[in-house]
Amino acid sequence: MTTPGWDLQLLNLFAALLLLLSFAMLSQRRIVSLVNLLALQGAVLCAATLLLAWRTGQGHLYLSAVLTLGLKVVGLPWLLHRLIRRLEVYWETEPLINAAGTMMVGLLIVIFSFGLAQPIAELASTTTRSALGIAVSVILLAFLMMITRRKALSQVIGFLSMENGLFFGAMSATYGMPMVVELGVALDVLVAMLVLGVFFFQIREQFDSLDLHHLESLRER
Amino acid sequence: MDRTAILTQLLQIAAALAVAPLFMGWVTQCRAWLQNRTAPSLWLPYRAIHKLFHKDAVLAQDASPLFRAAPYVVFGTMVVAAAIIPSMSTLPLTPAADAIALVGLFATARVFMSLAAMDVGTAFGTLGARREMMVGFLAEPALLMVIFVASLISATTALPVISARLATQAIGLYPSLAFTAVAFTLVLLAENARIPVDNPATHLELTMIHEAMLLEYSARHLALMEWAAALKLFNYACIGFALFLPWGVATGEAGPLALVLSIPLLAVKLACAGLGIALIETLSAKLRVFRVPEFLATAFLFAVLGMLVHLLLGA
Repeated sequence: MTTPGWDLQLLNLFAALLLLLSFAMLSQRRIVSLVNLLALQGAVLCAATLLLAWRTGQGHLYLSAVLTLGLKVVGLPWLLHRLIRRLEVYWETEPLINAAGTMMVGLLIVIFSFGLAQPIAELASTTTRSALGIAVSVILLAFLMMITRRKALSQVIGFLSMENGLFFGAMSATYGMPMVVELGVALDVLVAMLVLGVFFFQIREQFDSLDLHHLESLRER
Repeated sequence: MDRTAILTQLLQIAAALAVAPLFMGWVTQCRAWLQNRTAPSLWLPYRAIHKLFHKDAVLAQDASPLFRAAPYVVFGTMVVAAAIIPSMSTLPLTPAADAIALVGLFATARVFMSLAAMDVGTAFGTLGARREMMVGFLAEPALLMVIFVASLISATTALPVISARLATQAIGLYPSLAFTAVAFTLVLLAENARIPVDNPATHLELTMIHEAMLLEYSARHLALMEWAAALKLFNYACIGFALFLPWGVATGEAGPLALVLSIPLLAVKLACAGLGIALIETLSAKLRVFRVPEFLATAFLFAVLGMLVHLLLGA
């Protein structure tokens, strides 16, 4: 068995940690812990970006690492914590599928996305291309979380986790997106978060709850 | 098979038999320290076993021969398992059975224990047996997955060869092994009736799993069952060392010096493992029985993730 260099090993470890955190978010029912896990995922992503920037000597990756740190580790979690306090939602209601079932579906998703990423990864020329499968599974697991949860806040957290996955995918396939795109995405996420924050209050105003299944039935006033 | 090999084998079985209750006592002592209680003597398990062997056995009226035979079967399988697991050296007997057969041995012990618990027909015994089977059937796939990951990395299912190959490869970061180590720890806690799943010190029949199956046993039968439980914990710890801390186990050709050197190392590993188990038990609360499948699903998840990460990243 050949052992790759320690920096690649460390990068693999970060990739595995991202996947693990996705599963942890999938099983977590407390929304406060969910936000903390999101922040932790952002921190791992930031560390991976820094390592890759140092390894490949690409200057713009440092910038995107700083962006990740500011936005995903500090900014958005702070915003979410504030929202949780003001909306007073601390627990997710029982998800649509029970925890063990969600995990098993999650495992199938991981296997599926590893298969999906295999041919794409063979086209990529980067040394980190094997992590692409992990990026795809992080994205799809976040999707799964958005599908199985009922509360608006946890769905938004799923959305943010999906963005983490996309970012990691771009990083492992092509050493990051162009700076303009990255800045644009970051801004979009920030604005989306602010708009959704307003939405939360509107939803609660209308239905006295953040449970999104109320939105499924239409009625005239 | 030459004479030293047989001698080594016998020595290892004797060591396992002798050390297992001590290890149990050490875990209990660590737990007491961590919970600010006065610790019982380290030799308490020995005294308990000694006392039980000198008592007269009482059997239920409806007990069948199975009930009498079960303690000997359970104890026997645990001794055989101790002979297979490379705790001090890679032994002459170890090629006889690989890691999957080892899991089968544990399953045999579990089946006999559950049958014996149901044999007398008391409510608590049946309840304990059913719970034990539930925990067992969920823990077994996770344990097998853990073994498969290690087998994939070292390309063999024989435990001593896995251990030897893992010990000689370059030291690096293996996320897959880290995940499986977590999975193995969860399985160890569940299979040995430790706290998040079962409380070994409980006196409340309604929450018992392992203890509920032993309620009808007395004297030498109970002594054997308790000794077997201690051996099982020791065996699991040694499987853990073989997979995740494989350094310092004497290989077949290394001679008696390596064997002597492996003893203090095993003692250090056992001391650390005991402290770790006690720490986990102190920090976690006992789960409701209905949450146990979730706990074991997590173990299975970790093991499968380890395998997937190994297949994808090769790490």
